[in-house]
Amino acid sequence: MAIAEGRSEERRTSGRISGGSARIGDSVFGGLTRVFAGVVVVAAAGLFVSLVVQAWPALRKIGLSVLGGATWDPNRAVFGALSFIYGTFVTSLLALLLAGVIGVMIAVFLSELAPPAVSRPVGFLVEMLAAVPSIIFGLWGVFVLIPLMTPVATWLNAHLGFIPIFGGTPSSGPSMLNAVIILAIMILPTIAAISRDVMRAVPGSQREGMLALGATQWEVVRRVVIPYARAGIIGAVILGLGRAIGETMAVTMVIGNDPHIHASLLSSGYSIAAVLASEAGEAFGTPLWIGALFELGLLLFLISVLLNALARLLVWSVNRHARTA
Amino acid sequence: MQAEEITGVVSRSGVQPRYGLVQVRARTARVAPAPRARSGESLYQPATGVFRRRKVVDAVMRNVALLCAIVAVAPLLAIAVYVAVQGVTSLNPGFFTHAQSEVDLFGNAQGIGNTIVGTLLIVLVSCAVGLPIGLFSGIYLAEYGRGRFANAVRFLADVMAGLPSIVAGLVGFAVVVVFFGVGFSALAAGFALGLLMFPVVTRSTEEVLRLVPHSIREGGLALGIPRWRVVVSIVVPAAANGIVTSMLLGIARVTGETAPLLFTSFDNTHWEWNPLHAVGALTVTIYNYTSNQPDPRLNQMAYAGALVLVAVVVTLNLTARLLVRRRVRT
Repeated sequence: MAIAEGRSEERRTSGRISGGSARIGDSVFGGLTRVFAGVVVVAAAGLFVSLVVQAWPALRKIGLSVLGGATWDPNRAVFGALSFIYGTFVTSLLALLLAGVIGVMIAVFLSELAPPAVSRPVGFLVEMLAAVPSIIFGLWGVFVLIPLMTPVATWLNAHLGFIPIFGGTPSSGPSMLNAVIILAIMILPTIAAISRDVMRAVPGSQREGMLALGATQWEVVRRVVIPYARAGIIGAVILGLGRAIGETMAVTMVIGNDPHIHASLLSSGYSIAAVLASEAGEAFGTPLWIGALFELGLLLFLISVLLNALARLLVWSVNRHARTA
Repeated sequence: MQAEEITGVVSRSGVQPRYGLVQVRARTARVAPAPRARSGESLYQPATGVFRRRKVVDAVMRNVALLCAIVAVAPLLAIAVYVAVQGVTSLNPGFFTHAQSEVDLFGNAQGIGNTIVGTLLIVLVSCAVGLPIGLFSGIYLAEYGRGRFANAVRFLADVMAGLPSIVAGLVGFAVVVVFFGVGFSALAAGFALGLLMFPVVTRSTEEVLRLVPHSIREGGLALGIPRWRVVVSIVVPAAANGIVTSMLLGIARVTGETAPLLFTSFDNTHWEWNPLHAVGALTVTIYNYTSNQPDPRLNQMAYAGALVLVAVVVTLNLTARLLVRRRVRT
């Protein structure tokens, strides 16, 4: 069989005893897998190229002014995306603030404080909830969150209206505040799950050392686990931010799709992903409009690539340290 | 270790006790089982002053963490239950057997069966695009993956795993709808979703293959089996559960996507089996029947569709996890 083949064929190629057919099989299969791996690289490059090609009409004619202007009027060929950038910025950062704090606390609960009988089902639940499609959150947002938050918004506007973020005229339902809440709910499982994994990777010897010195559980978390896992937690938070920035459906269903900048969180707004979803179908056929939209798509792509690369480097570094520790 | 030795080590190490830590002094020469103390509480000193403050802070933060867990999990559960309850009431066989274009005498849509067919077409195309790339590049990274090229592939796969779905939709639009001139089609949507699917499959497959013990590979090689046969016939079947899991997770991720479909597969209210034409999709229909849609009958259909979607996604995820669990147990 293969052994007889090996004995008759006296060649040793890079330490392998192989027959002729085996060598062909090796190169074919190795080549096949290499080709598909190369497809990954080609796909990444092609992605970027296709975005640039479609954005080219706008890049050439109006260039980066798309990022500067505040008026977006496709009918008059005025493309200023500042209101979308503002909306994306504000909603994502506020959602991150909310979800980051709560998410890390949940991760602390799951990895440090909860007994296994509680942490296993709750952890499982959190992971399953990360898999729920965003359209479901949008559905819930339209039918439950907006009716729920409308009286809250009116109250906030009436009593705290002197603060700019609660001022102005609250919109009839969809608002940036609703988008912030929905985004926070959506990125919470991501942050919690990754932070929990990173905290679990902290060596037990560190915790035991602190406990042996008489520390309380919270002190162990605060002084050992979180500092040790800090890079990974920041990575998880950055991944959450990346997800929030790219989130389309849930945001576009509750933010009101209003291409103007308002200081108040209670008024409607827009985000980059939402405008792409709303207008890309209509813009088919108008090169400048499509170009402007693709410029925004390129911006979204570059931001998400940057955030993801940063996050992966941070999360990898914690796991690597934990393995060598 | 004797209790006295522990005391000796602590005092010799020069660690400065903070907040008035008290060293445990040994009472007996033999190591007796340690008396149980709750965290932060010393058995040898009453809880006063600094000690009390530390205890209180600890209790407060523990409860805050518990509260956060409840605050997060409860609304998410509430959403799932709400969708389920609302959706179940509108599910009937006609829901699946009628197309949106087959309206009844009053002009009301009776079912969204065509969108389920459309979603199926789109997911099949995305599997054809994403699964082979994911599987084989995962095998490459696990079996032949050393060096700069492999590191670049790994890094790019990770980065593309975080691609916003709307950007993938834009790429599908640019490449299939415009460049190849196919127009709005299930093919374009499947291509875009395949781009979203394959990084997940690549990384999961690589991790699962890495978990296969080296002894299995070495045993095969020692028998003179060619390297490629070892991978194909021994390593991959050993990791089969995990590989199927990663594929299921990729499919689950893709089934729930809406944004890329809005301008790649567009919409279609008729039964459509040709992937080169525009098709309706379940997720897009949920969106259309929810957003700016005052008709309550259509809203109810949106709930029913959402229930079907959640059921499919949850089933895929559960199956994936159960597969992995069974392997770990045996």
